[in-house]
Amino acid sequence: MTWVLGNLDVIRERTLEHLVLALPPVLLGLVIAIPLGWLANRTGAGRAILTNVAGLAYTIPSLALFVLLPPLLGTGILDSRNVIVALTVYTVALLVRTVADALGAVPTVIVDAATAMGYPPARRFVAVELPMAVPVILAGLRVAAVSSISLVTVGSVIGFGGLGRMFTDGFQRSIPAEIIAGIVVVLVIALVVDGLILALGRVLTPWNRIGQAAGRGT
Amino acid sequence: MNYLGWLFDGSHWTGPQGVPARLVEHLGYTALTLLVGLLVAVPLGAWIGHTGRGGFAVVGLVNGLRALPTLGLLVLLVGLVGIGLLGPLVALVILAAPPILAGTYAGVRNVDAAVVDAAEGMGMRGPGVLFGVELPNALPLIIGGIRSSTLQVISTATIAAYVGLGGLGRFIIDGLATRDFPEMIAGSILVALFAIVADLLLGGVVRLLVSPGLRGGRRPRRLRPVSPSRPDPAAAAARASGGPS
Repeated sequence: MTWVLGNLDVIRERTLEHLVLALPPVLLGLVIAIPLGWLANRTGAGRAILTNVAGLAYTIPSLALFVLLPPLLGTGILDSRNVIVALTVYTVALLVRTVADALGAVPTVIVDAATAMGYPPARRFVAVELPMAVPVILAGLRVAAVSSISLVTVGSVIGFGGLGRMFTDGFQRSIPAEIIAGIVVVLVIALVVDGLILALGRVLTPWNRIGQAAGRGT
Repeated sequence: MNYLGWLFDGSHWTGPQGVPARLVEHLGYTALTLLVGLLVAVPLGAWIGHTGRGGFAVVGLVNGLRALPTLGLLVLLVGLVGIGLLGPLVALVILAAPPILAGTYAGVRNVDAAVVDAAEGMGMRGPGVLFGVELPNALPLIIGGIRSSTLQVISTATIAAYVGLGGLGRFIIDGLATRDFPEMIAGSILVALFAIVADLLLGGVVRLLVSPGLRGGRRPRRLRPVSPSRPDPAAAAARASGGPS
């Protein structure tokens, strides 16, 4: 506890560093996964190829991916962009299938109704299909965000890891309090981000709230 | 820079620090951890799934685990237990058990109620239903859990090289220490290949062990109209137990 109180500025700095590494990949991954998921849902071949590639990317352990990206990207081994790209790859791999499943689960009658009302395909996708798919996509996004927040710490082994640097530092200098504080802050960030995505889901799907309220009879 | 030169240098393929020896170490850690994880998680998961008690705890545990930073757990346990095999192995077991537990629980829980009814109607009782009907029906999800768990263990064992464990992760950590980037890249390629091959092999095990009636594909009867690619809740639960590692 004394270590924590004496090093609040270190914890704050590492936390900011951590968020900068962990959160952009989640947003980037989502933006990339939506068109890919649409493609996977549209064509059988697209689905087969994308799910297999995603499965493969998913299988590669994080530390190995952090090291394998530099020769592919032309970055240096010690470059924080490797961590961001690797986490984006994981997010896309996780969300492509989720987005495809979510779009596939939109009831056909709703899509047909929108078509009958004169929605052109692109507008129908943005205004009807995507909003209907939001709950499932956000469930996947929660997994991706929490994984990303946790995986950033692995980067500290090769020099970039936000709060993970509290693990390597605490290990080398034998300060258990620093390691425990790092774990707790990672868990808290994960919990808060998870809660925020959950809240975002409520805001984005007002029709579900109305349904629930009616169900409770209030 | 010639990144692949290291990998094809014969001198790196012999001796106690050569690729085969490190691969055997990595395999050994993975097998040992999975064995302990299976012994703990399958009976517990089967019991929770069969009785329906404690399901919430399983879901919470798996979700919490995804947020738990593996490196933090490793350095903490090694700090508590001391440098050696025990600390990292305890950390590996803690990370390996929950996906298997979740897979077994979800598998047993999601067995079609009509199938269990039929078994009971045929005179089967508690243990008979569990071992003769529920567990075989749960096998795809149990193996799914073992697959997630295996990837988690292979990945964490790689990171554990940082706290002194052997295995393929040594090439990454030692290469970093001596600024030998080709060695790091060779180690990463080997780790990635190891994970991919292990995953493919376990995928093959599903084909060998699981009853043909459960493997999806052509179903003998279609009572309700099949909507295209509706997410299967059981499969979603099994997938949710894993994550990038």
